[in-house]
Formats: sequence, structure tokens, C-alpha cells
Amino acid sequence: MTVPNITRMHETNMTSTRRFSLHTFLLVALFGLSGVAAAQDPIKIAFIDPLSGSFASIGNSGLKQVQFAAEYFYNSKGGVLGGRKLEIVPLDNKQSPTDTQIQFRRAVSEDIRIIFQGNSSAVANTLNATISRHNRRNPGQEVLQINYSAVDPILTEEECSFWHFRFDAHAIMKLNTLTDYIAMNPDIKKVYVIGQDYSFGHVVADNSVRLLKEKRPDIEIVGTEFHPIGQVKDFTPYVTKIVSSGADAVITGNYGADMVSLAKSIIDSGLNVPIYTFYAVYDGITATLGEGGKDRIFLVHNETSNPIPTEERKQFLRAFKAENPNFDVTQPRIINALQMVVAAIEKTKSTDPYDIALALEDMRFTNLSGEEMWMRGTDHQIFQSLHISMHTDEGIEFDADNSGYGLRTIFNVPAEETVVPTSCKMDRPRR
Amino acid sequence: MVILQTLVKKFGIWVAYLAVLLLLPQLFDSILAISIYNQMAIAIVFALSYNMLLGQGGMLSFGHAVYFGMGGFLGVHTLLMIENESVYFSVMWVPFIGGLFGLLCALFIGSFSTRKAGTVFAMISLGIGELIAASSLIFVDFFGGEAGISGDRTFGPTFFGVDFAQNIQIYYLAAIWTFIATIFMYLFTQTPAGRMANAVRDNPIRAEFIGYSARRVRFISFCAAGLFAGVAGGLFALNYEFITEENLNAATSGRVLLMAYIGGLGYFIGPIIGAVLLTLMNTLLSTYTDLWLLYLGILFLLTVMFLPRGFAGFIMMHQVAWLRGRLTSLIKPYLITGLPALVFLLGVVTLIELIHTEDETLSIWGLSLTPASVPTWIVLIAITGAAFYGIRRSLPQLREAWHAANKPDGEGN
Amino acid sequence: MLDVLIFATLNGLVTGLLLFMLASGLTLIFSMMGVLNFAHASFYMLGAYFAYSLSLYFGFWTGLIFAPLIVGVLGALVERYGLRRVHQAGHVAELVFTFGLAFLIEEAVQFFWGRDTKSYQSPDVLNFALFTLFGQEFSAYRGFMIAISVGIFIGLYYVLTRSRVGIIIQAAITHPNTVANLGHNVPLIFMGVFGVGTALAGVAGVIAGPVLTTFPGMATVLGSIVFVIVVIGGLGSLAGAFIASLLIGLLQSFAIASDVGMEDLLDLFGISFPYDHALADLWGLTLPQVAPILPFLLLVLVLIFRPTGLMGKREE
Repeated sequence: MTVPNITRMHETNMTSTRRFSLHTFLLVALFGLSGVAAAQDPIKIAFIDPLSGSFASIGNSGLKQVQFAAEYFYNSKGGVLGGRKLEIVPLDNKQSPTDTQIQFRRAVSEDIRIIFQGNSSAVANTLNATISRHNRRNPGQEVLQINYSAVDPILTEEECSFWHFRFDAHAIMKLNTLTDYIAMNPDIKKVYVIGQDYSFGHVVADNSVRLLKEKRPDIEIVGTEFHPIGQVKDFTPYVTKIVSSGADAVITGNYGADMVSLAKSIIDSGLNVPIYTFYAVYDGITATLGEGGKDRIFLVHNETSNPIPTEERKQFLRAFKAENPNFDVTQPRIINALQMVVAAIEKTKSTDPYDIALALEDMRFTNLSGEEMWMRGTDHQIFQSLHISMHTDEGIEFDADNSGYGLRTIFNVPAEETVVPTSCKMDRPRR
Repeated sequence: MVILQTLVKKFGIWVAYLAVLLLLPQLFDSILAISIYNQMAIAIVFALSYNMLLGQGGMLSFGHAVYFGMGGFLGVHTLLMIENESVYFSVMWVPFIGGLFGLLCALFIGSFSTRKAGTVFAMISLGIGELIAASSLIFVDFFGGEAGISGDRTFGPTFFGVDFAQNIQIYYLAAIWTFIATIFMYLFTQTPAGRMANAVRDNPIRAEFIGYSARRVRFISFCAAGLFAGVAGGLFALNYEFITEENLNAATSGRVLLMAYIGGLGYFIGPIIGAVLLTLMNTLLSTYTDLWLLYLGILFLLTVMFLPRGFAGFIMMHQVAWLRGRLTSLIKPYLITGLPALVFLLGVVTLIELIHTEDETLSIWGLSLTPASVPTWIVLIAITGAAFYGIRRSLPQLREAWHAANKPDGEGN
Repeated sequence: MLDVLIFATLNGLVTGLLLFMLASGLTLIFSMMGVLNFAHASFYMLGAYFAYSLSLYFGFWTGLIFAPLIVGVLGALVERYGLRRVHQAGHVAELVFTFGLAFLIEEAVQFFWGRDTKSYQSPDVLNFALFTLFGQEFSAYRGFMIAISVGIFIGLYYVLTRSRVGIIIQAAITHPNTVANLGHNVPLIFMGVFGVGTALAGVAGVIAGPVLTTFPGMATVLGSIVFVIVVIGGLGSLAGAFIASLLIGLLQSFAIASDVGMEDLLDLFGISFPYDHALADLWGLTLPQVAPILPFLLLVLVLIFRPTGLMGKREE
């Protein structure tokens, strides 16, 4: 059935979620709408990410991107499966595992079977466990988890699940690329690793030490340091330690305010060494680092930044910017994920999560940048070329935070070289 | 007949409470509704346990989530132990285990933190809360780091064939536990220890004079509060089948303070109201607006300023008028002030949303507003301003009617 | 080793003095009104945000002067129309009020300024290295932070001990009723002290914003530490707050600079544990890892063994 006053998707998320089963029920009862052709039903996709609270800027920016992509690629062109619109239902989890579970139950309650989620591996891990349990206990009501950003390797290793697909390179893949790049630079002799004291920070530290040892035995790790997340007021004491260790490069997995504060303290101390990061861009970070971070903040990520390789993607970026002047396309992988999920729906002519999952397995797909991506069937991990980019204001066609600064890609690793083995032993449901 | 009346008077409210708890799923039975009921049940036990500290014992705690979280962590560990068969009992006892562990933690921490009430106690609770939250990220074996630990509640012996796989089964279990916990917490207020807690809260020196150690009385309340917070944590473990660091950190401690305060300290029913209200705000309001935390903050501050005894206190304010049979005389003045107050509230919310929105149109209350249009703003501000004026004008009348309704009999009008 | 020692001291000094700017206002407010202002760090955050907005149009220095004034006026208004009203309901209500205020201010900041990090930059004039030691620069801006903090400390000390207002305030701290009986307008003094206290927090925000980044969580990061200082120093003691600020600043900075851990401690006693021990996490702890939570440990210990704090005389 269709509720007549469903609002257009790019209106506020207030309106697009204002739907309760009771509400729907009343409308159906009053107007007898249940007979409307099923072909016109929207395909609902839940977007569970922080939309309020301190992490909301990341969640809201992701929401804008997925909503825009749904509109741009499908809804404005007549929809999917012969006329069905995509409807992105934003559900706010406040980046809390508990609220994620609450919103997951809401999604199930509204019969939404596809869930996009990206922020925080802790949330992704608990959602993964929740969905596995739910799907096992409620056959016929399965739900699919589309993870577009959580990089904890465990999700495609020990904890891998048939119902989970990751559209971002995991931490070790990214570190492979990062250490390849560092190993190429003969000037780097001493490396300092600093990170937040939680699983991702430890994964980054352990693996960068291991990989550097393999690739460049002459590089000395002069320090590994962990600090509590979001508790450090001033990073200068840490930087003092970095300076006195004689490091000529710093690796960090920090994100958010911890990333900015660390980078600012390093810049302020006059320590002129490259900083290799995962998340030092967008959401105000680029603008804050500005001139001080120029040519020394490096980032590993999975889609080229400037120069943008294809006209197709440039058009998309411009159209996005025209509609959302205060936002950037910070995570092209959300768009990749959406496109691949829709490709799977179109291929199987079904919106059943089981069919979509089977179609996604080993799917090869050419993304907006003209790169081929491969979703490995054994562990549901995406493989695409990985890149190192630099924070600068030269040669930037598409900047970040409207600051004039942005990322310029300087190093590429083709998709086939990013493939890593997996220990995943997947429980495959039978139908 | 008389016996029946006494029975109804004594137990009627409890029977009604149990009936409401058990019949809720008949009202709405969607997965979402059940999920909200489950949250409410947990929140009620947790908020009631907090009220034992602050409302009844006068101890302001900024770290009550520690006992909730500890109960929850041991709850999940118990689920894991049931799963790998190192213990053999039904998962329905998990809240009990959680409660015992909450009690254990409270026994230890309370032994030194309850020496003083007031600011000293508040600060110790804050410090301990921060310490435990920080350690929970460091001691990965027990706490599982930031991803927490998760279990599965479907193992172990079933209860007459119920395996607790579905949330609705958990709800009925949670409802029973909530009911039992509520009864015990109520009974606690009737014991000498509970009565003395009130005395120590109001005047520790006098309490000491009549022979009670204020510290001991606080310690007993503190342990009881820890026990029931642990029960709530155990219920959490059963409902969500995982628990993470966020469930024992300062944010959770703050939320339970909000619940108890908004609901009404000092009234047994207050925290129940607060728990229901805040759960609804958390789950329903947050879908309508990403500013819900701002509204929550405003609501909280307004409550502290104008309803220091919370919503329950507001309801109880009418007791005198009700007993005198004059409640009806208040309806008209309430409506006269309430109507502009409602318009004012809606106006302010609309303005806030209008400032906040980044879209070209804002759909609210079935209207479609354009932030770019100046007349929209003028009209809105005019309506809101007029409503404010209306409140100011009608408030003296309300006050007068209120005094008239509460005036002792025989004073004449 | 010497370079680490020197810089750890300098860093500790910068942090400590910054913390003192917050703690001094908080402890003044507490001594006078008996209110532990939970929202104190929120005023610090407001200072940073107002200064950021002002600096966009008028430059850093205008922000330095006007942002604290705005914050101070806001603080005074909060006292006049909020706290004074709640005061009748007792201390717990006041504490809860400031707790709610902290919550609301954080949300309000996100409402008006958005949730992302703000690019609040230090002035160009101070963008040079004051001195370079062992290859590490000490920026002029940090020197400026020290200068401002010390200046404020001296100013505050002077006002409190030499001026008439200061003497009234001092008297009001210990004997509020007597002061009121002498005909002084105690509510006005309260409002003034609250305003000045929050303005001091505002100054701290203005000068800390560019270095410690301006983002909506900045109050939370600092908030509880400031309480810790005030409590450790002794509720109501300005000198205690000063000592505790420096103590916490130096403690954290040296803890981070150190490289010792639990293992080293156990080695001293000749104890060792296998790495797969159930409590391996505990044996593997290092001092830098726990540095940010040390103040809370200190707080709990002080409250258990000396509830009046280091310099406090008054028990509540």
C-alpha cells in the first residue's frame, strides 16, 4: 500500500520518517489503499547512523549523500524495477550500540530489509551480531547489512556473516597501501605510531609495525602510544615525546577531534614530518588544518580525489554541491554501495535480502570513477584500487569544507594488488 | 464487603500496575512497540533504583550507571556461561545475577563513598564513574573494549517451552521482573531503613541524635540502589543480548538523573513517569527531529526551575483541591492559560526548526513553511508573541483560582 | 632526557595555568554561593565559540576582549534568572540545574554553530617560535597563554586582597550573613561574582580555542577535570585551586612523557606474569595510557582520605 502524502526524499528527514504502523493502518482502513499496485511500492532502505549528538555531522553528511544518489541515479530517472522509487529512511542511532538495536527493531517493524550503516566499528559489530541472530530466529524476515565504512577486519574475518557486506577496504588493506607508500620513501628511517586506545587504534599500531618490518626492516619504530578516546585536552605532551624520539614520520588512526588536535599540536611544535592518517579530512577538519597541514597530511582511502578521473563523477559532484552547498561527497563508497545493491536488485528482479546477497557475491561493478570493483564471495569484502592523497590547495578542483584545501591523489594501488587472504568461514543459510 | 474494600484500597493499585504491564502488548503489538515496552521496563527499574539514592536518601550520584552496567556485563557473561554450559539454569534468572553483582559493587564502593552526603558524595560518584568507564576500555577481557560483549539468550533450559527467542517473550519476563522489583523497592521505603533514609536526607544531625548512624543508613540505601540497578542491567543484557562501555559511562548516569528528576523526586511514582517519558522522547521524538536533545535540555531546565518536584509533584499538587472536591473549578483557568501556552510552545518549536532547517521548505504540523520568506517569520513571531502575552495576562487569574481551590474550608470566599 | 623534562614542565605549566583560569572562577563561585557550577566549562566553550565568530569579522584581539564580556553577561543573567530561582529548592537542585545547563549549552552550541570542528586560528602576530630547544619549538602563542594566565592570576590576587570589593567578597565567603547585615547587597555580589567567574572561563576559552581546537565536545573534555581540581585543592580555596591546577597539569604531562608501566613496577619486586594471564590487561598498563584518568584517581583518593582537599578548611 502507498501512503499518499509521502514526501519527497530530499525534504527534511523529519517528514520522511513520520510514519508509524498505526498511521499507515489508519490510512489503509480509511481509504482502502491496500489494493494499489505493488509495483509502485517504494523500496525502503534504512540509514542507521548518528543524526544527533556529537557525531551527527558525519552521519548527516552521509545521509545527504545517499539521499542525493538515490534521487540522482534512480528516482529522477523513473525508479528501480520498472518504476519503484528508492526511499531512504533515516534512523538516528546517536552512534550508540544500544540505540542501533532500537532502530534496527524499528526498521524491522516497518518491514525494511536493507540497512545501511557505517560509523564506528563497535556499532557495526553489534549490528552484525544482532542481524545474524534475528535472521536465524525469523526466517522469511531476513535483513541485509550494508556496511559502508566500518573497517574493523573482524567483520570479514572471524565474525563474517552471509548477511553483511563491506564496501570499504578494511584497516589492514588500507595499512598495506600506506606502508607500501612509506616504504618507498628512503628518507623515512624512524616512525612513530600514535592512536586511540581501542580496537581500531590497536589494529593500526600492531599492523603498521608488522608490515613496516616486512617491507623495510631498516625502519625503526621509535614509539607506539595509545591515549584514551576523546579524553585528551592537549596533545602537546605527546608531541614532545614524538619530537624527542627523533621520528621522521607519524602514523595515526585517530578520527574526529582527536585527529585535529593531534595534527594541530604537531604543526604548532614545528615538527616538520609527514603525518599518515585515515580520517584527516572533511567535516571541518580540512578547514581547521588549512595552511599548517599543507603537503604533510596524508590519507589512505578508496576512491581518487583530485584530479577526478571521469567526467561522469565530476558531474555528480557538481550536481551534489549545487543542491548541498555546505556538504561534500565525503564517502564515495556510500554511492558505490547503493549502486551495487540496486544492480543486484535489478539483476534478480527481487528485493529479497537473500536474493540480493547472492547477486552481490562476486559481483564486478564499474564505479563512477571508472574503476572496477569486486565483491569477494567468500567473505563479502569489496576490493577496489586504493589511494594515498595529500592535504593541499594546489591542483584542487573539488575542495573540502569550501576551504580551498582538499585532497590530491598521489599514489595508487590497483584493485588486484589490494587483495588479502581471509580466514572467514561463513555460515551460509540454505533455502 | 469492608474487607474487599480494604483489599482493593491496599492492593488495587498494584493489581492495576501488573495488569497495565501485562496488557500493554495487547494495545500495540508491533515489533517497534514491544521494543519500546522493553526499554521502558528497564528504564523504570533503573530510575526507581536511582530514586532510592537521590529522592529517598538525598545522595546525588553522577555515577549510578556503574551498577547498571556492571549488572549488565555480568548478565551477558552469564548468558555466555549458559551457552557454553559451564552453568545450567534458565536465562530468566539473569536479572537476579545482575542484581547480585550490582549489590557486590555497591558494597565495595559504598563502604567508602557514603561517609558523606552532598557535594563530597556527588564528586566521589563522578570520579568513580569516570574511573570505571575508562577502565572498561582498558580491561578488554571482561568488558570487551568499545565493542562490548554479546551473548545469546536462547540457550539453557526453557521455561515451559518458552525459549525467549522473541522479544515479546522477553517483554513478559521483563514485566514480571519490573513488577517484582517495583514491589520490593516500595516495600523498602516502608522498612525502618527506608524511613531512616528519609530522615537522614532531611537532617542527618537529628537522625544521629536519635541513635542512627547516618553513614550506615546511607550505606544501606546505597547498596539497595546498587542491587536494583544491577537487576535493570541484567534485564538490559537479556533484552539486547549485548552490553558495551556506553552503558556504564557518564552519559547513562546523566540520563537516569534526568529521568528521575523530570518524573519527580521524592514521589515513588515519579521515576516511573520520568522513565516512560524519556524513553518515548528517545525513541519517538528523535525520529521527528534531530534537535530532540535540545528540547530535552530545555524541558529538563524548565522542570528544575518551575516544577522542582517533577511531573509527579505537579500531579500531587492537586491533591488538596481534589480532596476538597474543587478540582473542577480549576479546569477553566487551566484551559485559558493552557491554550496560549500550547500555541507558544508550538510557535517556539516551529521557529527553532525553521532556523535549523537547511531545506527550502519545512513541513511541520501539516504546514509547509519556507525559511526564505520574510512574512512567514513575521507571522510566526507575531503568533508566538501574542501567545506569550496571552499567558502573561491569564496567569494571575490561574494563580487566584489555584489559591481559591486550595484554601482551607470555612475561610469563606 | 633533559629535553623531555623541560618540555614536560612547560606543557604542564601551560595546561595547569589554563586549568587555573577555569578553576579560579569555579572556586570563587563555590565559596560564595555554595554552588558547584557544573556548567562552568560550558562557559569556557562559549568563550571559544564567541571569540571564533568575532574573529571572523574583527580579528582575534577583538574576540579576546569582547567574547569574555559576552560570556560574563550571560553568566550573570543565568545567575539572576535561573540559579537564584532554584536556590530556594536547595543545593541539590542547584547542582542539578547547572548540570542541565551544561547539557543545554552543549546542544545550543551545536544548534547555532553546527557540529563540526571550527577553524578558529591563533593570530598571525603570534605565529612564530618563541624559542627552539633540542629541535622542538615553543610557539609564541603558548608563551602568550602563560602570560595571560599569570596576568589574570596577579590581577585576581590584587583585586581580592587590595580592593574594597575584594575585601567584601572575602568577607562574604566566610561570613555571608554578617556581610548582608552590614548592609551590602549580597545578591548583587553573587551575581557579580558569577559573572566574573564565567567571564574568566570565557577568557580561558578564547585563548585555548585555537590550540585545543574548538568543537562541541570541548566542554566535556575539560569539565570534569576542573571539578577535580577544585575538589582536590579544597573547596573554596583559591590557593588550593592554584596548587591543584599546576599539580594536575604537571602530573598529566609527566605521566605522558614517562615510559614506565605496571610491568616495570612489578619488576622492582621481582614479580612477573605470563602474557596470557587473565589480568594481562592490568599488568600491561602503562602510565601514558592512563594519564588522562589519573586526576580522577587522585580525586577519589583525596576525597576518601582528606575530604576537605589539600588546602580546604570547610567541610560541607
